[in-house]
Amino acid sequence: MSTRVPVGADRLRLIALVTLCCLLPLAAIWSVSLGATVLPLDSIINAIFAFDGSRDHLVVAAVRLPRVLAGLLVGGALAIAGAIMQAITNNPLASPGLLGINAGAAFAVVFTMSVFGTGAQGSLVWTAFAGAGAAAVLVSLFGSTGPMSGTPVKLVLAGAVLTAFLTSLTTAFLIMDRSTLDSVRLWTAGSLTGRTMDEVRAVAPYMLAGLAAALVFPRQLTVLSLGADVSRSLGQNPVFWRGVAAVIVILLAGSAVALAGPIGFVGLIVPHIVRLTVGTDYKWIIPFAAAGGAFLVLSADTLSRLLFASQSFPVGVTMATIGAPFFIWLARTSPWGRS
Amino acid sequence: MPRPEDCETLCLETKGLSVAYSSALVVDNLNLSIPSGALTALTGPNGSGKSTLLRALSGLLSPTHGSVLLDGRSISRFTTREVALQVGVLAQGPVAPEGLTVLDLARQGRYPHRPLFARWSEKDTAACDRALSLTGMTELGDRPVDQLSGGQRQRAWIAMTLAQETPILLLDEPTTYLDLAHQIEVMELASSLVRTMGKTVVTVLHDLNQAARYADHMVMLKAGRIVASAPPAEVMTVEIVREVFDVESIIVPDPLTQTPMCIPVRRRP
Repeated sequence: MSTRVPVGADRLRLIALVTLCCLLPLAAIWSVSLGATVLPLDSIINAIFAFDGSRDHLVVAAVRLPRVLAGLLVGGALAIAGAIMQAITNNPLASPGLLGINAGAAFAVVFTMSVFGTGAQGSLVWTAFAGAGAAAVLVSLFGSTGPMSGTPVKLVLAGAVLTAFLTSLTTAFLIMDRSTLDSVRLWTAGSLTGRTMDEVRAVAPYMLAGLAAALVFPRQLTVLSLGADVSRSLGQNPVFWRGVAAVIVILLAGSAVALAGPIGFVGLIVPHIVRLTVGTDYKWIIPFAAAGGAFLVLSADTLSRLLFASQSFPVGVTMATIGAPFFIWLARTSPWGRS
Repeated sequence: MPRPEDCETLCLETKGLSVAYSSALVVDNLNLSIPSGALTALTGPNGSGKSTLLRALSGLLSPTHGSVLLDGRSISRFTTREVALQVGVLAQGPVAPEGLTVLDLARQGRYPHRPLFARWSEKDTAACDRALSLTGMTELGDRPVDQLSGGQRQRAWIAMTLAQETPILLLDEPTTYLDLAHQIEVMELASSLVRTMGKTVVTVLHDLNQAARYADHMVMLKAGRIVASAPPAEVMTVEIVREVFDVESIIVPDPLTQTPMCIPVRRRP
């Protein structure tokens, strides 16, 4: 056997990725067509390229399309953020949901809204970044000091504690402030309901920047996933690259939360499934996680719209319903869970 | 990039090296010169600072005082990448991410040789091929590291450090937790890297007899200080074993290699 990468395996991965990326727009269009009135393909295309102000076109352009685009972006962003976090913490259980990043961003947004009133979406993105960043710093501080420091268990505990704390603070703020509660109740459960094109446009650049950055440094991420000692002995500066990776995570998770609230489990499940199917090389993990996450959130949202015939069912709830059993299965079967 | 023949000149030494963990001195004012192109064993009781010394030699740990000199220059003045081109490290009990294959692990050893956006080259492939064949892992290339036996896993990690193609190799307790057959396998490999490729190998070993059999140079540590640093015949004496381990022993020649062999009698009261 030669140490050249077997051409067959890489070609297979490429075909799978291209197929996934082709299915994604099809699924998106299908999702746009579904709803109280099922719209034909041509009226969707006309609504995008030849908008005439009719009711059908309004439904597509103002309601369904932003919702589907938001789902795709949020799913991809959270899945990549989870994959990167698993690399930099050498912890298969790391994800923006479990390590408090989502909760930090959500708390920052709710805090800002209840103190300063509902601001423009653009400024809320930066609030979310700040919250995500502060949570990341806190969790890594808690996780790396004191007894058991640096172990995967300690980090997950720190994340769980911070998540619980920030989530209850968020709830407390909302209970005390009725008006904010009404406008963000669905959002705090993780929801794509009522997203507007302006909101999508406000966060999309940050998400795409995060995606691009993640695609540029796969080799650095793979080496980071071997642990700080190995990374350093291979000539990498783990502190610098962890910082770079953390900035990417904060961009992705922060903008996802600003857009759709703290949706859990995508960032945990998708990277796992991806690793099981395409291996441990981040060159493949990142694009597959992006496509897989987008696909999962889109499907979950479409499913909840269809099953409950309701526009306002939060996708975060659907996701947790799918995610919780998977998480239990994972904890029982992975080597980490056994030890 | 250094060639194996540079090994004769590239030297690793410490000058007044002290390392402290939260004010407890673990390595205390060490002056040590690692012989080039030879196998050096660091031995001593638990907590004597063997692994700490090795980590300091690799640049993974910054000294509290003094310095580690690589080719006469303080290792802290090299970039991590420059160090990684000269010194390969096998850490103690490294854990590979679930599903990472032996080949993928070996390929990571090429990291310091590739600039930020460089593509994988024929030279990288050749280095990985050599590393896998030296460690006898060629056949197991596509097996996940986490599913291998302890000895195979150790060889897979050594393959990664060999793909790094460094003249100096530091191994932290490479035989601990391995059964007898796998211990011999790893030590034979380390020794053959010195004999056939002229590499400098420094390894932390728990087993005195293993150290005496395979090492050209033996360093005996106690409480962060060097008690003896010389060829095994001079280090493995009744007096030194008594001083370092508090154990009465008899030293006899190894019937196979004639190297000194320590037979412990009892712990000193």
